[in-house]
Amino acid sequence: MNEVATRRGVASEQIRQPRRRRLFWLVMAILILLALALGSVAIGARNVSPADIWEGLQGRSDNVSQAAVVKRVPRTVLALVIGAALGLSGAIMQAVTRNPLADPSILGVNMGASLAVVMGITWFGVTTAHGYIWAAILGGAIAAVFVYVVGSMGRGGATPLKLALAGAATSAALTSFVTAISLPRGDLADIIRSWQIGGVGGATFANVAPMLPFLAVGLVIAMGSANSLNSLALGDELAAGLGEKVMLVRAVSALSAVILCGAATAMAGPIGFVGLVVPHMCRLLVGVDQRWLLPFSALAGAGLLVFSDILGRIVARPGELDVGILTALIGAPVFILMVRRSKVREL
Amino acid sequence: MPPRELAVQDLQVGYGERTIIDGLELAIPSGEITCIVGPNACGKSTLLRSMSRLLRPKTGQVLLDGKDIHRMQPKALAKMLGLLPQNPIAPEGITVADLVGRGRQPHQGLFARWSKDDDAAVAEALEVTNTVELADRPVDELSGGQRQRVWIAMALAQGTETLLLDEPTTFLDVSHQLDVLDLLTDLNRQRGTTVVMVLHDLNLAARYSDHLIALRDGSIRAQGKPEEILTAQVVLEVFGLHCQVIADPSTLKPLILPAGRHHMLEHAGL
Amino acid sequence: MNTSTPQATTQAAAHALTTSTGERAALINQLRVARGQRARQRRIIIAILSLMVLAVAIASLCLGQTNYSPAQVWQVILGHKVPGASFTVGTLRLPRTAIALVAGLSFGLAGVSFQTLLRNPLASPDVIGISTGASAAAAFAIVILSLSGTVVSVFAIVAGLFIATLIYLLSYKGGAAGTRLILVGIGVAAMLESLISWVLTQAGQWDLQEATRWLTGSLNGSTWAETLPALIALGILGPLLLSQTRYLDSLQMGDDTAAALGTRVERTRILVIMAAVGLISFATAATGPIAFVAFLSGPIASRLIGARGSKLIPAALIGALLVLVADFAGQYLLGTRFPVGVITGVLGAPYLVYLIIRTNRAGGSL
Repeated sequence: MNEVATRRGVASEQIRQPRRRRLFWLVMAILILLALALGSVAIGARNVSPADIWEGLQGRSDNVSQAAVVKRVPRTVLALVIGAALGLSGAIMQAVTRNPLADPSILGVNMGASLAVVMGITWFGVTTAHGYIWAAILGGAIAAVFVYVVGSMGRGGATPLKLALAGAATSAALTSFVTAISLPRGDLADIIRSWQIGGVGGATFANVAPMLPFLAVGLVIAMGSANSLNSLALGDELAAGLGEKVMLVRAVSALSAVILCGAATAMAGPIGFVGLVVPHMCRLLVGVDQRWLLPFSALAGAGLLVFSDILGRIVARPGELDVGILTALIGAPVFILMVRRSKVREL
Repeated sequence: MPPRELAVQDLQVGYGERTIIDGLELAIPSGEITCIVGPNACGKSTLLRSMSRLLRPKTGQVLLDGKDIHRMQPKALAKMLGLLPQNPIAPEGITVADLVGRGRQPHQGLFARWSKDDDAAVAEALEVTNTVELADRPVDELSGGQRQRVWIAMALAQGTETLLLDEPTTFLDVSHQLDVLDLLTDLNRQRGTTVVMVLHDLNLAARYSDHLIALRDGSIRAQGKPEEILTAQVVLEVFGLHCQVIADPSTLKPLILPAGRHHMLEHAGL
Repeated sequence: MNTSTPQATTQAAAHALTTSTGERAALINQLRVARGQRARQRRIIIAILSLMVLAVAIASLCLGQTNYSPAQVWQVILGHKVPGASFTVGTLRLPRTAIALVAGLSFGLAGVSFQTLLRNPLASPDVIGISTGASAAAAFAIVILSLSGTVVSVFAIVAGLFIATLIYLLSYKGGAAGTRLILVGIGVAAMLESLISWVLTQAGQWDLQEATRWLTGSLNGSTWAETLPALIALGILGPLLLSQTRYLDSLQMGDDTAAALGTRVERTRILVIMAAVGLISFATAATGPIAFVAFLSGPIASRLIGARGSKLIPAALIGALLVLVADFAGQYLLGTRFPVGVITGVLGAPYLVYLIIRTNRAGGSL
């Protein structure tokens, strides 16, 4: 009897251990994020002193340095918000498709959103942020559904390879459409091009504000589905056996992912790889429980994007490198590393 | 033509850092049917693949007629040694006749001239495997058993004296398994083809092999005639399975009766 | 005869050895006839495709803003001076049609080789980053290094080969698996595309024009200087690829089966990849990455040729046809002048999607 009690004690101790570890990483993540946010405000083309930072954060712009700080604040906030949306969206997509390579850019959501926005700009004269966001969500949703349907036909369902290929093919197709639509409109070419790169430069609170409700909605839906997504990871049939409404959970979570990604793309252009890489890193630290993984992915995504933005400002002084370029340059090698490490059978 | 001797000397082979087989010596009796059996991941597929040049040994040699197969021209080897791997892929839409015809590749030069010999070999392969009626049908449309026969026909069309098969009966239902094994026996008895195959079903291996090799953890634990080497002791050592071995009343070959935890009578099993 | 019972097979096997020479001969004849038929049909299809390519090429030389008769065109080709035609046909259209032909053949051939090698119709050089490598290098050379002309081509070729080697090495783990190669290629393509995007943001107005060419593919301003390297490459690498047809086709059955038939798997793979990349790079250096031509030529050839034989030559011809027709349409048939890459992209996209759906639905390997 004593043996059993001891064994039980050890077991519960082992269960508590991961909990403590996750809390640790959570706190670390928040601290790192704050540090990065501060760094984002402090670093840039112009050097600023701590005193300027303090004054600038309080809204005063008595000198040029403080003005620079003031300008960087909405940019930082936008980067945080978009990064969180993208990280969360990627985590959800990977859970819904049970596919380690699911990511908004690979699934064609980015290009779908882009096409919708470009069509909106050139054909429908859409100019408001809200307009962009709704267009992007619509385009992204259609593209995601399409890629998923095409990728899951045939033997084996939606294997990572089939999904990636369907996404790549669809993205290529959509890119042609974007070029075809935007090429004749030389007047709009610059606007479209600068949006297409994916950057947070020139952000003001006016840019950030429209995104927030969408982020909030996506976040709420995501956290609400966390438990169901855990069950979904076991496979559709097992999940249904556990009482989950599989189709409903899938549809709702996927919708939240598209909302998050669409809104992010509408505000800053297509930014890839954040949704791919972030959940994998987070999984290493906090495990596969979606109730931890989802918020953590949001935090890590925010951190990654702010970090990329800071890097972009340092590396290309006095100009700057747009954040979409950096996430690709950081993310693609990580993606390749992932592909190398997995056994091909898994993929 | 007398069948050639396939032998393995001091073989060490593995994937990347892992060594699966170390210091293995083996001589495949020519003109006989040899089966390689063993538990999962014991190296039987690895052994077969290294005997057919698919896998390069880290040390040691695989000799066909005294010559190192890795020093031979691939084409020359392909005329002497045929291999049917697991999971071969049939190109989309290809007909049976064309697929069997692919087996003539080692005999054809750069410009793919079809000689009378090529056609004769294909025709004979189709006849022997009883697939003549299927000649014009797309391979995709065939059943599992028919498809396996077609693949064997392709290997036959190669015209080799030795045929290696990696789990030719997995995924087939029982009657087709026997069908394939009977076909291979015909080939052996009537043409003297040396057949070496990896089988996962111990009883089928016991029935069909002239020479049985039991592998575990990359080394040979027993080899010889099934009647002589297949004992309960050997099965326990190789498979970790408690069993009783009796003589199959229809064939007089060894029949393995595994002992489980349920449904056993008091005196049976161990 | 019932073909499925074990007894039937035994009977058949025994029967085979006592088959009368007559029956055997009849079977052999049947096989020969069937094979001959398929080969003949394939030759007819190739002949028709060749004629179509010729016809469109001639049309593109004769027709345009000003129309010239074939006789006049012929005079210009022979080197005689024909007022008006000498410039329009000789300096403008001839090099353009020539490069369209060469690039189309190259893209088609390279695309189908990759798709056959990787056993996957979607694994085409323009998806897995190779064309992107050549374009990125060219865009970089033009915008950042302010180079132009042949030097840019050299850049593109070196980059294409480098990227291909990189992708191969990155996916090589005791033999490059097709799946890994494709996925690594997609990742590399994404990186390169972001590089191109950045390069474009650095571009001034004039450079933007040329840079755009490197993104979508265009035949505007083609000269003989650009056509020649691509032509030479096609002349050398084309036959090289064709010589590997047998081994390439055997690889469709899986690496193991091909090796069992005597194919040198790794050697064939490397040869085919290098030759195909060479073709793509030389062609991309001249025209930019004309969207989808490499992608679509193979599957279209599959639909026409089916199981009748090798698809290499038909795919090359279809590539040429696609480029010629799309360029003509882009120049004259729509309101605005669109570069050829946009036309192939827009027209190719729905067909591509249809192909994916069809392949997936039929349970094909994707």
